[in-house]
Amino acid sequence: MNGREDARAGGRVGMWLFIATEIILFGGLFLLYSMYRLKNPADFHAGSLELNRVLGTLNTVILLTSSLTVACAIAALGNGRPKQSALFVVATIACAFGFLTVKAFEWTAKFHHGLYPNAKVLLSLSKGENLFFGLYYMMTGLHAVHVLVGIGVLSVMLIRVLRGAITPANPVYLVNSGLYWHLVDIIWIFLFPLFYLIT
Amino acid sequence: MDTSAVREMPGTQPHGPGMCSYIVVWGALILLTAMTVTVAGFNLQKIAIIVCLGIAAIKSTLVLFYFMHLRYEQRLVIKLLIPIVIATLAIFIGLTFSDVITR
Repeated sequence: MNGREDARAGGRVGMWLFIATEIILFGGLFLLYSMYRLKNPADFHAGSLELNRVLGTLNTVILLTSSLTVACAIAALGNGRPKQSALFVVATIACAFGFLTVKAFEWTAKFHHGLYPNAKVLLSLSKGENLFFGLYYMMTGLHAVHVLVGIGVLSVMLIRVLRGAITPANPVYLVNSGLYWHLVDIIWIFLFPLFYLIT
Repeated sequence: MDTSAVREMPGTQPHGPGMCSYIVVWGALILLTAMTVTVAGFNLQKIAIIVCLGIAAIKSTLVLFYFMHLRYEQRLVIKLLIPIVIATLAIFIGLTFSDVITR
């Protein structure tokens, strides 16, 4: 029993180490954003006014809700209810698709206004606004890639829960997928105020 | 007791809070989101940066402690990892900041 708990803790340590590297990865981009903002306050102000605060808030609520559903999926499995757990995983995947749909609408609107890297309209603006939108696409884009990966990982977990490969006695895969999904949520918790709220 | 039977079930460790407490945490997260959006609407300039990032820090702490079970974690390695990462980032940001503003 003690050996099994050790093995399980080993799996968690591995996942948390990965989370640590992810925080450093996004931390570097946050640092870049902060320093460019310090150097170009007026341009970053103008840039953030271009972003849609309503859609940003909507996406925040969607991701927070998906964090709740994935936490409930793990709790349901722990309570010995794999079907309920699978339903919560489905809800999480649905939220992830909802998030990406909102993101797609946002980016499409920006593209229509010529606000994308190397666009003539954006190039005619100041250097600072080009930096702002460069960082916006880089950081929200990298985050969106993480959401896509999350959809893939959670889909595999859904199949495994339904097939009975993930059980209350062996929940490590689902627990670690949940940890990953919460990390994606935490990154967005910081991206949201940086790009949409602070003007 | 029935609840203790569930708690003793192998594989559910580390014991996390139940669904009810998750919903409470989610409610707090939504409330904090509403707060940060409201504060941002006041146009407080520099105070808004501190308030918005402060609320973001509280929100991520809630996610880490309750959703990610860090509060119930027994292993010291895992407990220490996030403070170490935050300290590392603080050094990166602090040193770069002091360089950029004194130039």
